[in-house]
Amino acid sequence: MAASNLPFRHHTLSVLVENKAGVLARVSGLFARRGYNIYSLAVAPTDDSRFSRITVVVDVESAPLEQVTKQLFKLIHVVKISELDPEHAVERELMITTVRAEAGIRSQVIELVDVFQGRIVDVGTDAVTVELAGPPSKLDDFEDLMRAFGIVELQRTGRVALPKLDRGGPARLRKVS
Amino acid sequence: MEMNGGQALIKSLEMEGVEVMFGLPGGAILPVYDPIIDSPIRHILVRHEQGAGHMAEGYAHVTGRPGVAMVTSGPGATNIVTPLANAMMDSIPIVVITGQVPSLAIGTDAFQECDTIGITRSVTKHNELVTQAADIPRVIREAFHIATTGRPGPVLVDIPKDIVDPNNPRSAMEWYWPDSVDLPGYKPTMKGHPLKIKEAARLIGESQRPVIYAGGGILKARAAEALRELAEMTGIHVVTTLMARGAFPDSHPLCLGMPGMHGNFTAVTAMQEADLLIALGSRFDDRVTGKVSAFAPDAKIIHVDIDPAELNKVRRPDVPIVGDCRLVIEELIGAVRDLGADGTAFGHAAGARSTWDTQIDAWRAQFPLHYEQGWEEGDRLKPQFCIEALRDNNTDDTIVVSGVGQHQMWTSQFWHFEHPYTWVNSGGLGTMGFAVPAAIGAKVGMPERTVWAIDGDGCFQMTAQELVTAASERIPVKVAILNNAYLGMVRQWQELFYEERYSEVYLSPDLPDYKMWAEAMGCVGLRVESPEEVVPAIEKANSVDDRPVVIDFRVDWNEKVYPMVAAGTSNSDIILGPEQGEGGH
Repeated sequence: MAASNLPFRHHTLSVLVENKAGVLARVSGLFARRGYNIYSLAVAPTDDSRFSRITVVVDVESAPLEQVTKQLFKLIHVVKISELDPEHAVERELMITTVRAEAGIRSQVIELVDVFQGRIVDVGTDAVTVELAGPPSKLDDFEDLMRAFGIVELQRTGRVALPKLDRGGPARLRKVS
Repeated sequence: MEMNGGQALIKSLEMEGVEVMFGLPGGAILPVYDPIIDSPIRHILVRHEQGAGHMAEGYAHVTGRPGVAMVTSGPGATNIVTPLANAMMDSIPIVVITGQVPSLAIGTDAFQECDTIGITRSVTKHNELVTQAADIPRVIREAFHIATTGRPGPVLVDIPKDIVDPNNPRSAMEWYWPDSVDLPGYKPTMKGHPLKIKEAARLIGESQRPVIYAGGGILKARAAEALRELAEMTGIHVVTTLMARGAFPDSHPLCLGMPGMHGNFTAVTAMQEADLLIALGSRFDDRVTGKVSAFAPDAKIIHVDIDPAELNKVRRPDVPIVGDCRLVIEELIGAVRDLGADGTAFGHAAGARSTWDTQIDAWRAQFPLHYEQGWEEGDRLKPQFCIEALRDNNTDDTIVVSGVGQHQMWTSQFWHFEHPYTWVNSGGLGTMGFAVPAAIGAKVGMPERTVWAIDGDGCFQMTAQELVTAASERIPVKVAILNNAYLGMVRQWQELFYEERYSEVYLSPDLPDYKMWAEAMGCVGLRVESPEEVVPAIEKANSVDDRPVVIDFRVDWNEKVYPMVAAGTSNSDIILGPEQGEGGH
C-alpha cells in the first residue's frame, strides 16, 4: 500500500491553555484552517482555575502535526503542549447510550452492561439508557455489541488523558513544546 | 485617579511612548477620539483605513518602534484586514485599535457590527476583545509587548463603545499602569542553544562553498552589524532576500544581492551550488527556493530563527537554532573564533574556499544585471534607467518604498542599498497599493530623510488618495510612478506562460491623468516621457519640500523583469533574459 493511502493515525494532544474567552476557537481554528479533522475534543478547567486542559485527538500524519503543534504553541494563550503516546498514557472516555431493550431481550442487554461494568441510569418501557466509562477501545467494543439490539441515541465525551506515571523507565511523554 | 475608558486608552498609548497614530474615526470609536484633542499624540487622519494600517507599517519598519492605527467598527475594521495580514507575513510590529458596538449589542447585527476578533484571528499575532474598562491598560500593555517581542507582528485590540463612552457608567475606572505583563504562555527564546551553536561553528569551519542566506529577521533583530562582523570574519558571501535588502551593504565585496525568482544569477546560483547555507532570519520562502526538492541540493543547513515554527517548515535543517538573530550571531562569532574556523584552524577548507570565491567572481563578471536604454528618437524609456537615475540623484540614506510587481523587483535589483531600514516593501503578502501609505508612514517616522515611493501605475491607483492625507498633513513624500499602462507583472506572466494571451491587464497610460490627479490632491505633478527628461524631473522633485511630488514616468510597456525562475521550477533553470538569448522577446 502506498504511503499516502495509509490510514491517518490518531494523535492525542494535551494542550494546557489560559482559561480565556475564545481560546478554544483559536486552537480549533488552527486545525480547521489546514483542513484537518478533529476526531474528538474535551476541554475543562484544571485544578488551577486560571488554566484549562484541552485534550484533542486529530487525524493527521506526523509531519504536518509537527508544524501544527508549533503553530499552536505560538498562540499567546497556549501554555504547554504534549503529545500523548497511547502506549504510555492513561486514556478515559465516558459514553451514555439509549439501547432498545424490549421485554424479551432486556436481560441480555443488562447482562452485557454488567460484563462491561456499565450502569443502567434510566429505564423505559422498551429501552434502557446506559452509562459506561473506560478506555476508548472498551467503549468501541460495547458500542459494536449494542448495535445488534439497536442503538436509539449515543453520546461520547471524547477522550481525556494524562501521561502514565514515571517509574524510572524511559521518558514516556513526548513534550512537543 | 478616576477616569473613563476612552481616556485610559489614550493615556495607555502615551505610557507606551506612542508619538503618532494613524486613523479615521466613526461611530463606535467616537468616544476615544475625544481625549485625543487633549493628548500630545499626533493623529494623522487618513482617507481610507487601509492607508492607516500601511502607514503604521511603514512607520514601524523605519523607526523600529511599533506603529499604531485606530479605526472604527465594521467596515473600518474590515478595511484594515489587509494591512494586518501584510504585517503578519512580514513580521511588522503594529497595534491596531478597533471600535466595536456596545457590549449588549454584540451579536445582534447592530449597525456597523462585524466579528472583528473572528475575522482577524488568523492575520494577527494576537487579538483581544476588551470586556471591561478596567482591563484597558493591561490589554494595551500586553498588546505592545506581544507586538514588539519575539517574532514581531500585528496585535489588534477590539474596544466596545460602552466601556469608553463617558456617558455610560460601564466606562468608569480607576487608572493604573501595570508594572509588568503576565503571559504564562508567551516566553520567546532569545539565546541560542550553546551546543547547537558549537555545531554550527564546526559546519562553518568545514564548509567549502558556504553562503549566508540573510532574511528580514536580521532587520527585526537589529542584527546588521553582527551579520557584517560574521561575514567579514569568516569571509563568507551574503545574499540578502527581498525583506533583507540593506541588511548588508550592496557595495560590500561579500554582498551577492537578492536571490530568488528575480534574484541575480550569482546570488541564485551560489545558493544552488553551496555546500552550506547559513539561514539567518530567513524562512525558505517559495519565491526564494523555487522548486523545494531541487533547491540547494548539496547544502547542509544552519537555520536560525526566533520562531520555532519556521525550523523544518520547508527544509529540514542540519543545525536548527531557535533564538534572536543578533544574540545568536554574536554567540556564533564567539564559537567560530574559539574553533579557529575563521580560517586559522581549518586549513583543508581554505583552498576550496578560494576556488569558490573565484567561481563567484566569475559569475558576477559574466552575468551582471542587464538592460539597455536607447537614446535614439523613438526609443522607449526604460524603467530600470529611471530607478538608476533616482538612485544616482539621491543620497544613500534615502528611504525607498515600493508596491508589488515589476517596479518592486527592478527597484530591489537596481537600487544600491547601503544601510538597514532604507527599503520598505510588501514581501510575503504582496500587497498592491502598499507604497504610497507606507511611504507616508516612513516619512512621518523619519521626517529628516528623503522618502521616495517607487510605484507601479496599477498599485498607485489602489491607494493614491492617501496623497491627500500627505498634502494636508504636510508630509512631503515623493512618488515615482513607473507607468507602463499595464498590470506589468501579470502581463509578463501572460506573455511568457499564457502564449501572449493578454487577459484584463491593460490600464491605459493616460487614464487617469496622473499629473492632473497629483495636482488635484495638492501635490506637485510632473510627467516624463523621454530619457533626457528624467534627471531634470528628479532634481525638480528633490527641490520641493513643502508638499508631496508625483512623477509620471512613461516607461516601456514591453520591458520584463529578468533574471527569472519560473514558478515551480528549479533555481538551476534560471532564465537570464532575451539579451543572453533566453526567455521572451
